[in-house]
Amino acid sequence: MGKGLPARRVTVRSGEVVSSREERLRGWLFCGGGFLWLTVFVVGPLAAILAMGFSSRGDYGEIQWQWSFESYRRLGGVGELGFDPVYPLILFRTLGVAMATTLGCVVCGMPFAFFIAGFKGHRRTAALMGVMIPFWTNLLIRTYAWQILMAPQGPLTVVARAFGWVGEGDALYPGLFAVYLCLVCDFIPFMVLPLYASVEKVNWALADAARDLGAGEISVFWHAVLPQIRAGLAAGSLLVFLPALGQFVIPDLLGGARTVLLGNLVQQQFVQGRDWPFGAAIASVCLALVALGLALLSRLQPASEAAQNRIGSEERHEGWVG
Amino acid sequence: MLNVWGLCLFAFLYAPIVVVMAQSFNSGRFGVTWKGFTWEWYAALFHNEGIRAATINTLLLAVSSTVISTVLGTSLAYGMSRFRWRWGRAWEGLIQAPVYVPDVVVAAGFLVFFDVARRFLPGFEPGLRVMILAHATVQLPFVTLVVRARMSGLDRSLEEAAHDLGADAWQVFREVTGPFLAPGVMSAALLAFTLSLDDFVVSFFMSGPGTTTLPMFIYSSVKRGVTPEVNALSSLLVVLSALAAWFAMRLGNRFRENAE
Repeated sequence: MGKGLPARRVTVRSGEVVSSREERLRGWLFCGGGFLWLTVFVVGPLAAILAMGFSSRGDYGEIQWQWSFESYRRLGGVGELGFDPVYPLILFRTLGVAMATTLGCVVCGMPFAFFIAGFKGHRRTAALMGVMIPFWTNLLIRTYAWQILMAPQGPLTVVARAFGWVGEGDALYPGLFAVYLCLVCDFIPFMVLPLYASVEKVNWALADAARDLGAGEISVFWHAVLPQIRAGLAAGSLLVFLPALGQFVIPDLLGGARTVLLGNLVQQQFVQGRDWPFGAAIASVCLALVALGLALLSRLQPASEAAQNRIGSEERHEGWVG
Repeated sequence: MLNVWGLCLFAFLYAPIVVVMAQSFNSGRFGVTWKGFTWEWYAALFHNEGIRAATINTLLLAVSSTVISTVLGTSLAYGMSRFRWRWGRAWEGLIQAPVYVPDVVVAAGFLVFFDVARRFLPGFEPGLRVMILAHATVQLPFVTLVVRARMSGLDRSLEEAAHDLGADAWQVFREVTGPFLAPGVMSAALLAFTLSLDDFVVSFFMSGPGTTTLPMFIYSSVKRGVTPEVNALSSLLVVLSALAAWFAMRLGNRFRENAE
């Protein structure tokens, strides 16, 4: 900027000089509505949940907005008669189920991602669409379908009976097995889509080089391929792990009393039990776990890219400015 | 080996969808044994008063929330990628937050939030209105992400060329930017629509008397024991969202091919 001109920051838009004040105004014209909406309807509910977790329930079920750790204490195992393991057990069970689901999705989804990446052109597009369509169809429907498959006369039960795994007249659900199977089936697209995006970009020359240097197939995969798909693996794992943490429809329809997860607890407290402070404390724990997972992921991959994976888009947008 | 695995996984993914569709044509009323082909359950759908009301609610909810989230999200995507933001990372985080938070937590959050808001402002009673607000909020990040992905593919020199040829800002938007963004916006709107159509948890928490949606109808039928009509209804819903998703992806693929 030459001498004599005011030292103000200006922007040039299509040949038009725009003052920084005007520029800000225009920016808010586009984004103001969205920002306001998000502040009210995202920050609001999340803050409400966090705050309510510290409130307590009065004698008549009304909410008392007084600082209280009662709900967290209950969740941590403090019962009326000493230590009560019910809620800590559910918390650890949920973490275990979410981890096992993630592991199941990695084991099933990894070869699947390579399988899709092996196609070319239109067939690849078709294969991707084949993964995307279940991903966008109703989870509730895909879940109750497993009730049909696992009913006493259902196709899956008939097969299992032929192997002698289930007795005559028994069904495969309710139970933990049914919950796992359905979780993996419902969440596998979350794993496959980001993994595929990484696999597609793998530089196979590295694998060839490792092979030429005498590496076996397992070490080629471990040292030359796996490091290249780590970002996709991390994104996929998180996209499976987080929704699995809060899942309530699947254990509700396919599990029994012994498969209650955090999501079921939240639903019970809010829809049936009417103990909102306790429900809010459980939801807050879920939120804390989500934040923890996101913090881990952001060390491996920019968040914007991970979110692109969530919508299954292959396009990437440019980095953020400002 | 890989091919066998791939085909098995496709079978695993589609088994639930296929079995519901097959059952919807099964004339046996009880159990899963095949008793012959019938259209009966589809015909029964049209005579069910509850399903008719739920369909109206579902469509009203999906259309209104999609309109809100598409308008807000498109404008947000445009503004975010065209202007510098001092707190860019914070806004970005806020936009993406609803994508990661499990839906049961989102639903509980809205329930508490509207309960508190009701004390200060009337009009937040459980029902269709708060369901629309909640659905629009859940859709907003998805719309913004899809439109921004499209925005990044826009060659800025096209807009500058239009400007150099004498177009004013409005004309540039109408003739260059708008038509370029249109397929992206369309695809975002379709995805928002399917999100609303597929949602059960948020609606379940927010609903009031008489605001049952189709997924809620399906849920309560499943809880009581599935009737064959529910299989027919589910098949129709699956086909509808699959069509919307397929169409949205086609739009995405077509402009990717054009760009290459």
